[in-house]
Amino acid sequence: MEPLKIYELVKERFGDRVLEIADKKPDPFCVIDPKSIVEVCQFLHDDPQTAIDALSNETGVDYKDRIEVVYHLFSYRHRHTAVLKVKLPRENPSVATLENIWKSANWMEREIFDLIGVNFEGHSDLRRILMPEDWEGHPLRKDFVEPLEYHGISTVRESPIVRLEAGKK
Amino acid sequence: MSLLNTFPEYTLTTRTDELLNWMRKSSIWYMLFGLACCAIELMHTGGPRADIDRFGASPRASARQSDLMIIAGTLTLKMALRTRLLYDQMPDPKYVISMGSCSNCGGLFQFAYSVCDGVDKILPVDVYVPGCPPRPEALTEGLLKLQEKMMTERWLTRSNGAREKAA
Amino acid sequence: MSTLHTEEMTLNMGPQHPSTHGVLRFILRADGEVMREAIPDVGYLHRSIEKIAEKVGYHGFMPYTDRVDYVSAMFTNQGWGMACEKLAKIEVPRRGEYCRVIAAEFNRIASHLLSAGTMGMDIGAFTPFVHALREREMINDLIEELCGARLTFNYMRIGGVAWDLPPGWREKALAYLDHFEPILDEFNQLISFNKIFVERLANIGVITAEDAINYNVVGPNLRASGVKWDIRKDLPYSVYPDFEFDVPVGQGQWGTLGDSMDRYMVRILEMKESVKILRQALTAIPAGPVLAKVVRTLKPAAGECQIRVESARGDMGWYVVSDGTGYPYRVRVRTGSFAAMGLIPKLSRGLMIADLVALIASLDVIAPEIDR
Repeated sequence: MEPLKIYELVKERFGDRVLEIADKKPDPFCVIDPKSIVEVCQFLHDDPQTAIDALSNETGVDYKDRIEVVYHLFSYRHRHTAVLKVKLPRENPSVATLENIWKSANWMEREIFDLIGVNFEGHSDLRRILMPEDWEGHPLRKDFVEPLEYHGISTVRESPIVRLEAGKK
Repeated sequence: MSLLNTFPEYTLTTRTDELLNWMRKSSIWYMLFGLACCAIELMHTGGPRADIDRFGASPRASARQSDLMIIAGTLTLKMALRTRLLYDQMPDPKYVISMGSCSNCGGLFQFAYSVCDGVDKILPVDVYVPGCPPRPEALTEGLLKLQEKMMTERWLTRSNGAREKAA
Repeated sequence: MSTLHTEEMTLNMGPQHPSTHGVLRFILRADGEVMREAIPDVGYLHRSIEKIAEKVGYHGFMPYTDRVDYVSAMFTNQGWGMACEKLAKIEVPRRGEYCRVIAAEFNRIASHLLSAGTMGMDIGAFTPFVHALREREMINDLIEELCGARLTFNYMRIGGVAWDLPPGWREKALAYLDHFEPILDEFNQLISFNKIFVERLANIGVITAEDAINYNVVGPNLRASGVKWDIRKDLPYSVYPDFEFDVPVGQGQWGTLGDSMDRYMVRILEMKESVKILRQALTAIPAGPVLAKVVRTLKPAAGECQIRVESARGDMGWYVVSDGTGYPYRVRVRTGSFAAMGLIPKLSRGLMIADLVALIASLDVIAPEIDR
């Protein structure tokens, strides 16, 4: 099935909880209301026409006015992909977890929490995965400022060119 | 520099320091501390073609049994604390070779927020081996330079356990 | 003995350990020698490659993609190249595609050799490791003649590959393939059917097909569980439709379907298939340019795309968002090792501590793929 047909199917079933179907090149996507993402995904998982059996990728992207969580769904049986998006506000972004449908969401949502700061409601074990436990801040946000030191190790390294130029003068 | 003189009666004359240093440099046991890409080149250096076992260097798994730590790969801030702990666990006399650009100065990851720019921020380094990753021949040369450095150390005349280098 | 009081121990299999395939840390909750659970702790090699992409631009990101998976760097190069080409609508010339496939399949053989060798080393046999390294050195020689580097190649560019095949390289490569096929049989005789090896690996860490798809396990791990899925055949890209090759699937003949022995054998059989593809590619390579004309500061139109490449460790997904400037807005790599690590707490229940080492080796995880 073409991705646009999948989005039309979802729109028929869920009506105005589908906010937008964007027919962009090269990959079209579909924006869903954050409160109904779990129902939509459960429907796509169970319906035999779509039969989405794997969550291939889950990403968080930080735009200036919102944070988006992008889901790439894939079906091994029918070999089609669907791209769903959820738009969240930048203060306290929060969406329900997809862990109960596809277990691969567990670690991917931990990574999005760690690097972008999205809170996933209902997640069994939401804690930092890639950064150290006591790190402050969410690094993949566009307004992230690097700290000057971590446990006594300074993060600033002067380029040797600076010293060369200073020595020449 | 000739270490040994031979007389027809097969008597060897040398200085005690040089004899002890020669024994120490011919059996440097290194700790397997491969972190990233340089770890594969470290494995190749211990492998069949560029074999550093012929210099006496044998890989050890534990820090307590090794006298050389080859930091091969990028050091992240999360790992830096553990690296310092492992260095403190090594018994004296201990040496550090920093292998590759990432552990020399941060390498191509200097833009990163989670990388410690260079292992010399937390450890004293003896030999820096440049490369990304350095060829096995380059690492072998680094080891030979370390052996040269070891030969210059005064062992018997040192004071209170600290290593003193010849002038 | 039934009055012996046992307690649960918490052990740390720390980031520095000779058999964790890079810096991984496991917290083991064990009751004597048998584990209740092994909790992985990752992030010791998180080098923020995804954020660096936003600073260096499209062409400049190519060396960083090598470091995402340094053992099979050609596939990451190819994935990034394909993603940028899809965004900027660039077409790769045919000879360039053939060069990409040749370099990639040699890299697949090298990666599987290293995986088989370290698997032997983790079980306790040191000789297969040295045999594997010897063959890998010969492949490194070939690739060094091709692109100048032994490990992190940076061979592919957006729009093709950087350099054409040197004169005389084709004959050397074909001679190497003739030399390599009997070596693979010798390797099998040495270790694969050894009784101790089989007993250490059979029935350890069984992944069923439903679990594999649900947890998004990909690549040889998925094929060992009985699912016949290979991106090169099922969602074909590049010039793979021109070649005839088979996709090996686990049979479960040494134990259960989807155990560690199946994963190991799938990799050995995949090497044979790669040799087939290489012979066909080297004989049928067309003449022509290898690199399309691409502007120096590439500014693709705003949009996003997803690409999937069959790397040595499985299906690697690249998701790139572009906003019309010369720097990508967001780059995301979804790798097979990340998902495989998420499955370890479930697989490790009831295993012994030594079996955990065999399990990690059979899943062929590599630390920078998990942490990026």
